[in-house]
Amino acid sequence: MMRMQPHSEFSGAPVSASAAPAAPIAIELSDASVTFGRGERAVPALSKTTLRIADGEFVALVGPSGCGKSTILRLASGLVQPTTGVVIVGGREVAARALRVGMAFQNPTMLPWMTIERNIMLPLKIVEPFRSQFRKLRKTEFRDKANALLEQVGLKGFGSRYPWQLSGGMLQRANLCRALIHEPRMLLLDEPFGALDQFTREELWSILQDLWMTHKATVLLVTHDLREAAFLASRICVMSARPGRIVDDSPVTFSRPRTVAMTFEPDFVALNQKLRTFIVDARSAPAEGAAS
Amino acid sequence: MTARDIRQKAWSAALIVLFFVAWELFCVMTGMSDLVLPRPSEVFVTLYQKFPLLWPHILQTLATTMIGFVLGVGLGVVLGAVIGVSKTAYDTAYPLLVGFSSIPKVAVVPIFVLWFGSGSVPAVLTALSICFFPIVVNIATGLATTEPELEDVLKALGASKLDILWNVGLPRTMPFFFASLKVAISYAFVGAVLSETVASNRGIGNVMMTASSNFNVPLVFAGLFVLAGLGVALYVIFSLIEGRVTGWATRKNDMIAT
Repeated sequence: MMRMQPHSEFSGAPVSASAAPAAPIAIELSDASVTFGRGERAVPALSKTTLRIADGEFVALVGPSGCGKSTILRLASGLVQPTTGVVIVGGREVAARALRVGMAFQNPTMLPWMTIERNIMLPLKIVEPFRSQFRKLRKTEFRDKANALLEQVGLKGFGSRYPWQLSGGMLQRANLCRALIHEPRMLLLDEPFGALDQFTREELWSILQDLWMTHKATVLLVTHDLREAAFLASRICVMSARPGRIVDDSPVTFSRPRTVAMTFEPDFVALNQKLRTFIVDARSAPAEGAAS
Repeated sequence: MTARDIRQKAWSAALIVLFFVAWELFCVMTGMSDLVLPRPSEVFVTLYQKFPLLWPHILQTLATTMIGFVLGVGLGVVLGAVIGVSKTAYDTAYPLLVGFSSIPKVAVVPIFVLWFGSGSVPAVLTALSICFFPIVVNIATGLATTEPELEDVLKALGASKLDILWNVGLPRTMPFFFASLKVAISYAFVGAVLSETVASNRGIGNVMMTASSNFNVPLVFAGLFVLAGLGVALYVIFSLIEGRVTGWATRKNDMIAT
């Protein structure tokens, strides 16, 4: 199964924030690999990957499609177990017990029979300590909490609407609210804005940035959009083609809050260009050693 | 209600009236004997005159139908939930269920009579056995079609299978469930009448059987009209409940499953 030399440092890449011992580690993958299926049908989804994400970091994972970005996300959420290696999240090894992270996918999956407000409160029905108080507080404190989040994403007054009354962009904002309502320490986003048009997407970048700056959760964002990664992340990991591994890991140092106008400045464009080169290389030579 | 709905309803009513008028005219013009095909006007008169006599039988048929239906729904929901949640149970139990549902229920009535004697019990059991299958299939389908992303979101929160079933699976199944209830209530009705016809001395099925052996053909048809009326009434009741409970499903897309 070993296709390359094991690596614990990313050659050439600048030392990331996670190397500093000050911030506790939120997510740690040590030589984690994932293979789906067995025997001849085995499909390697992720080669031995080591990745450390510090508490409060905003990390974006970019790479060609099918490279295992989503697999890393599913590892971090506890939905998938590593075939080899270790995954430690929040100081605990990922076991069968789930970790109560917030997740959002491209498909907002709002339940059509509930109002937006009640959809957003769904995690509170499941996660302790909210769960045991749900009956008591759903009409008061929890509802206020949901509406406060809705207000933060610009959906004030939409809580009593039904999902079919909202546009795709609005649903995706509600989706972010649902991922955050139970105050998770970690937010895992799998191409959350992939199905939206360019302008809505840029609008939601700013909203997500605001949410991150106020909630201070650790964010792991999987995306195809390099501008999105550079706009949002404090650190970008580039992955090679399947079976994926991390070929570049660099911090993004632009000051916050970032604006869409900044994405057209030379520094930003240069970063985009650099990322793009990595991915083009990764697509053409999947099994090569780390780039640069 | 829009103008289109009203027009639609008007056309439906007109079609029913037209049907009876054509029937009446056909009998009058061909001089059809009422031993073969009575005129609808005759049938309605018989229905009106014999209504006091029919009433206890109507109640009997309704009672056996509803008891069989309620039991069938209970059984169907439980079986459907088990099959819908577990892939293994689905694969294992499906052939048996399909086999069971393929048996013509007429063939089962004598067995029920053998076990429980003639009367209400076989009618209830026949209604049950004929109506539970569409419910099983629809509940199982509804549960099996939960969006995987949402399931992931909830699992990552630490939701148990039961949490997901209760909060997502079952509500999502409601449109399928009510669609199947409308089918099942008609089936239950068929089952109950079938059993009454074969082995009972009460119920609309039995009245029709007796009337036909006395060549009281208008009464046989009156029985048919009663059955049709009851069937429509029950269907409408469940449609109304369906609209109340699962209106969300028909707003955007029509989910139809039978």
